[in-house]
Amino acid sequence: MLKISGVPSNKDIDQVFPSQERLEKGPVVIVECFETIPCNPCYTACHAGGIQAFKDITDLPTIDFEKCNGCTMCISSCPGLAIMVIDYSYHKDYVKMMIPYEFYPLPKEGEWIKGLDRRGAEVVKVKVLSVKNTKYQDKTQVITIAVPKAHYKKIRNIEAGDSNAKS
Amino acid sequence: MIHTDILIIGGGPSGLCAAIAAAKSGAEVMLVERSQYFGGQLVKQTHMFFGSEKQYAATRGFDIGKKLVEEVKNSDNIKIFHSTTALGIYEDGVVTLEQKFESEEIYLKVQAKSLIVTTGALEKSLPFPNNDLPGIYGAGAVQTLMNEYLVKPGKRVLMVGAGNIGLIISYQLLQAGVEVAGIIDASPRIGGYLVHASKIRRSGVPIFTGYTIVKAEGTDHLEKATIAKVDQHWKPIPGTEKEMNVDVMCISVGLTPSSAFFWQGGCEMEYVRELGGYVPKRNRYLRTTVGNIYVAGDSAGIEEASSAMVEGSIAGLAASHDLGFVYEGYNREIEELLQELEGLRGGEKGIHIRRGYNKVGF
Amino acid sequence: MNQRINKHPIIDIPLRQKIKFFYNGKEFFGFEGETIASALHAAGITKLSESIKHHRPRGFYCAIGNCSSCFMRVDGKPNVKTCVEPLRENMVVENQEGRGSII
Repeated sequence: MLKISGVPSNKDIDQVFPSQERLEKGPVVIVECFETIPCNPCYTACHAGGIQAFKDITDLPTIDFEKCNGCTMCISSCPGLAIMVIDYSYHKDYVKMMIPYEFYPLPKEGEWIKGLDRRGAEVVKVKVLSVKNTKYQDKTQVITIAVPKAHYKKIRNIEAGDSNAKS
Repeated sequence: MIHTDILIIGGGPSGLCAAIAAAKSGAEVMLVERSQYFGGQLVKQTHMFFGSEKQYAATRGFDIGKKLVEEVKNSDNIKIFHSTTALGIYEDGVVTLEQKFESEEIYLKVQAKSLIVTTGALEKSLPFPNNDLPGIYGAGAVQTLMNEYLVKPGKRVLMVGAGNIGLIISYQLLQAGVEVAGIIDASPRIGGYLVHASKIRRSGVPIFTGYTIVKAEGTDHLEKATIAKVDQHWKPIPGTEKEMNVDVMCISVGLTPSSAFFWQGGCEMEYVRELGGYVPKRNRYLRTTVGNIYVAGDSAGIEEASSAMVEGSIAGLAASHDLGFVYEGYNREIEELLQELEGLRGGEKGIHIRRGYNKVGF
Repeated sequence: MNQRINKHPIIDIPLRQKIKFFYNGKEFFGFEGETIASALHAAGITKLSESIKHHRPRGFYCAIGNCSSCFMRVDGKPNVKTCVEPLRENMVVENQEGRGSII
C-alpha cells in the first residue's frame, strides 16, 4: 500500500495512464501524484492545456491526454519529481521515456545503463538517448531513455555507472 | 537605547516576509538574526518547494531565501542586524541584544513599539541507550553540515523518522554521495508526502514503517544500531530485532515551536500537540494576548515554509496597521493573504493542522 | 578521511579561502565560512568532548546553537558553541575539561 511502502501499486499506476490508443499516438505525460497536498506548479508549466486548472490547490492534477503533446516542460516543474513523459510510438521494440534525475554522475548519451523499478531494483538495461539540463530545468535533469517494450511500465529510475546512491 | 516601530526577532522566511510587509506600509523596521546569514532554514533547502506560484512553487528553497533577502536589502526602512542574538524581553518592553562582530560582543537595548517574534522551531530528540554518541545527530543538523558547509556526515546513515524532513534529508544524503541504509518510523504509515517517499524508494532506500530504534552502540563514535518492530503499544517486539551497521543516525522525530520569547513577554500559552508544543494564543491577524506582540511561522505552530511566508506577511501588515500605518488596499491585501493561508491548509494533509489552530485562536 | 563534498548535483560548490587553525596543538585546515565543528568533522574528528560526570564521548547534535553539546575551549575561552562559531585564521581549539571556568 502506497501509504505504508511509498511505492505506487500497479493499480495506482494504471489509473494515471492514458488509453493504449492515446499511447500509440505519441508522447504523453504520466503524473504519479496520488495525494491531495497543496501544490500546482505543473499546471503553471503547461502551455498546451494538458494539465488543467486546479479548482482547489490541494486537488490532484486533472490531465487532458488529448491536449497533451508530450513537450516535457512540466517534468522539471514538479517538486515531487512525480512526472514523466512516455512515447510509445518511438520504435516497434522500444518505448522512449523522459524522466527527471537529480544525481551525479550523470549518464552519458549512447550509454547502456541500469533501468530501475519503483523499488530501486534493476529490471533491464536501458539506452540513454539524451541528457537535458538548461536553465529552465534548474538542475532537475531530464534524461531520455529507450526502454524495451516488455518492461517499460516497471521502469521509473536509472542508475548511472558506479553511482553515488550505493557504495 | 535604540528606538524603532517594529522589531522582528528571527530572519527566516516568516521574519523576512514580515519585514517586507511591515516596511511597505511605511513603518520603521529592525530585523535581527542570530546567524551570520538571513534566510533561516531556506538556506539549506536544495529541493523545490510546493504550494502555488505565489509561494514560489518549483523554486528551490535556497533561491527563495535569496529572493527574500534581496527584497529586504532593497527596502529603505528595514535595518538588518545579523550575528545578533535577542537575549530577552523585559517588563518595560525593552528587548536586549548581543551583537557579535569578529571576536567582540556588543550589548544593545531596543525599545520597539511592536514586536514580531519569528524564531522558528527546535528539533526534538529521542531517548534510547547511547543516544549521546558522536554520529547521532538531528536530521536538520546533518542537512546543515551537508548543504551549508559541504561536509558529508559519514558513510552510511540510518534515518529515524519518515516525516517530510526525514524523507527529504534522506534524498539529499544520496545527492551528497552518502549511503542511506534505511528509514524507520514507529508509525504504521509514512508521515511525509508520498511523492518524497516514492522518490527515495526508487533509489533503492527501504522504508521500515512500524519500526523503532532499540539501541545504538559504539566506542567513541556510532558503529551500529538495533531496530525492532513495535506492537500496538509502541513497544519493541522481541525477536524482530535487526542490526544495522551505520556510522550516522539522523533523528527526525519532529519539531517543536521555539516559545521562549512568548513566555517572557507574558503571552497566554497553550500546549497543542498538533502544532508541536507550546504556542501563544493569537487572533486571526496573528496578534497574541499581549497587545503589541505578534507571531508567525513555526513558532506559531509547526507547518511548512509556504505557510510561514504567508503568516509573516499577515503579521507584518497587521503590526504596522495597528500602529497607524494604513494605506489603501490594506484590507483587500490582508484578506487575500488569509484566504491563501486557508487554501494551503485544505486537503487531507491539513486536517490536523486545522484542528490545532482551532485550539489557539481567539 | 576526506569527508568534503567536491561535486553536487544541485549546489554550485563555491571557491573558498583555506583557513589554518590549531586543534589540541596540531595544525589543521578548514574553509572560510564554515564553523569549527564542521572543519573538525571534515578532518574526521567527531568526538568534541567528554560528558562531565561519566566521561562519555560527545559530539555536536543540533548544529544550530540550541543544544550545547558541542562546547570546546577556543582561544582560551571556554563553553564556545563550536557548531555556530565561525572558523578564523590561527584559531586555537582545545578539548575542554568539565564545565570550563570563565574566571
